[in-house]
Amino acid sequence: MNSIVCIKQVIDPEAPPSSFKIDTASKKAVLSGVPPVVDPYSEYAVEAALKIKDGQGGTITAISLGNNMLREVVKKPLSMGADELILLEDDAFTDGDSWTTAFALAAAIRKVAEYDLIFCGREASDTNAGQVGPAIAKLLGLPVVTLARKIEVSDGKARIERVTDDGYEVIEVSLPAVITVSNEVGEPRYPTIKGIMAAKKKEPAVWKPADTGLESSQVSTAGQRARIVKLFQPVREGTCELIEGESPEEAAANLAQKLRDAKVL
Amino acid sequence: MAENNVMVYAETAEGMLTAMATEGLGCGRKLADDLGQELSAVLLGADVESLAGEAITFGADKVYVVDDPLLKDYRTDAYLAAMEKVVNEAKPQIILMGQTTVGRDLAPSLAFHLGTTATLDCIDLTIDPESKQLLRTKPVYGGNAQAVFNSETNPQIASIRPKAMTPLQPDTSRKGDIIKIDAGLDPAAIRTAVLDRVVEEVAGIKLEDAETIVAGGRGIGGPEGFQQLEDLAKTLKGAVGATRPPCDNGWVPDTVQIGITGKIVAPDLYIAVGLSGSSQHMSGCSGAKTVVAINKDAEANIFRQAHYGVVGDWKKIVPAFTEKVRNLLAS
Repeated sequence: MNSIVCIKQVIDPEAPPSSFKIDTASKKAVLSGVPPVVDPYSEYAVEAALKIKDGQGGTITAISLGNNMLREVVKKPLSMGADELILLEDDAFTDGDSWTTAFALAAAIRKVAEYDLIFCGREASDTNAGQVGPAIAKLLGLPVVTLARKIEVSDGKARIERVTDDGYEVIEVSLPAVITVSNEVGEPRYPTIKGIMAAKKKEPAVWKPADTGLESSQVSTAGQRARIVKLFQPVREGTCELIEGESPEEAAANLAQKLRDAKVL
Repeated sequence: MAENNVMVYAETAEGMLTAMATEGLGCGRKLADDLGQELSAVLLGADVESLAGEAITFGADKVYVVDDPLLKDYRTDAYLAAMEKVVNEAKPQIILMGQTTVGRDLAPSLAFHLGTTATLDCIDLTIDPESKQLLRTKPVYGGNAQAVFNSETNPQIASIRPKAMTPLQPDTSRKGDIIKIDAGLDPAAIRTAVLDRVVEEVAGIKLEDAETIVAGGRGIGGPEGFQQLEDLAKTLKGAVGATRPPCDNGWVPDTVQIGITGKIVAPDLYIAVGLSGSSQHMSGCSGAKTVVAINKDAEANIFRQAHYGVVGDWKKIVPAFTEKVRNLLAS
């Protein structure tokens, strides 16, 4: 059972809000003094692939797209237990949209050729776009199941619990298929010392656009179908009125009285 | 034929239009009027034709109905094929749907199928006066920022965040056309099967409908703590919600998670207990009218979002607060 996992390097979504700044020129957010990380949703996707590998064996190939990716960041899936890492790394991958990203990833996956499952995070923590998984499926002509929280594979089929608004549904799909993974799949495992050592020794394959047959019209701003017009931080309105008291209990009672007086209660 | 209408996929559940459908129609009506175009609604499912009239009362000029037993459950391939048929017939310039478990799946699939991208989870949609393109505002970076996108490719596809748009008052005098379309679905081309559907809804008032929500975070420490929040919620006739860590730790069901990847809520009163107020969580309750924070860390981000707050140990504050609220409501 061979899996491909699409992963992304992002600015740390857990970083304190004070370090978050918007670069108006590039229309991207930057963090001052906080290193990038593997997108948490990507890690859930890696974890889902590892659970399949635990039970059924096979290989896991992680693929990432970007430019100037930090090796110690994007190698994390290897240290968690993935077997190979392919980096689509080029200036041409700096800009673009969901279309160019999915198009390039689909081209790379075609080149990898041997796979049963393709995992993506349900969305990325930076763009929150939530498109690349279904998009890859569409471009490769594969079925897709989104928002997976549990995946079992047998007899060339996957049985997937898909998160819904009020619970979950159980979906069966024939393989190969694309699956997007939600956080309900469970905490991603920590890299082991052995895994970290193995990842250190392993060099990722670096593919340029031409390596997967991508033309300049299909990458970067030339290939994109949506454009970011503006990026901004909404102004936080109002201030918080802090309610005090001689004791926590009194503060609590004062809070209730305050809400009553303000007709909130 | 040039694209000449705004289309809303009107989601149904249990034989009714969903709130999301009426919100979508309300938003679509405004965009259609701005463009001087018709608003068309799409109903997909089994036995949904009877809802067409209701879609008209909520603003649609035309309702396209694809009624097929194969559309009973949402399945990507089936819904995509049906939508493609409707889109080919109606030629919409804009297609809207809800950011629900259906919309999250259908919007990107449909967009890429039609050779474009979608913008998901939009909180504002307007027409650019010059280009007549759809300007889509959505939270990004987990709610730390918002981005506005446009696209030159038609149809322009977006999903709308629940509770971000206002439905029209239903008007039964409104007239419209109902157009039935046979999707001609091929069962063999539907590559997924829904084997089971499990409802994990917690007892009591639904989170999405609650006027008061008591939400707990990592600081609650375990399922026992959430029992105390439950007492407060009951006193206020509200519901209990949570940030991601309590759900991931199994203290509460996953279905009560509020945030950008959980439920989107907009209650009158949101009482945040033992939660720091991460962007990814706050983005899910940004529509709350009054936010009250109880947290021992005075520096926590939640105090930047709240209207009222108490700094201190929730274990001491919540029981006393519940007691006082009970007395006030009884008097």
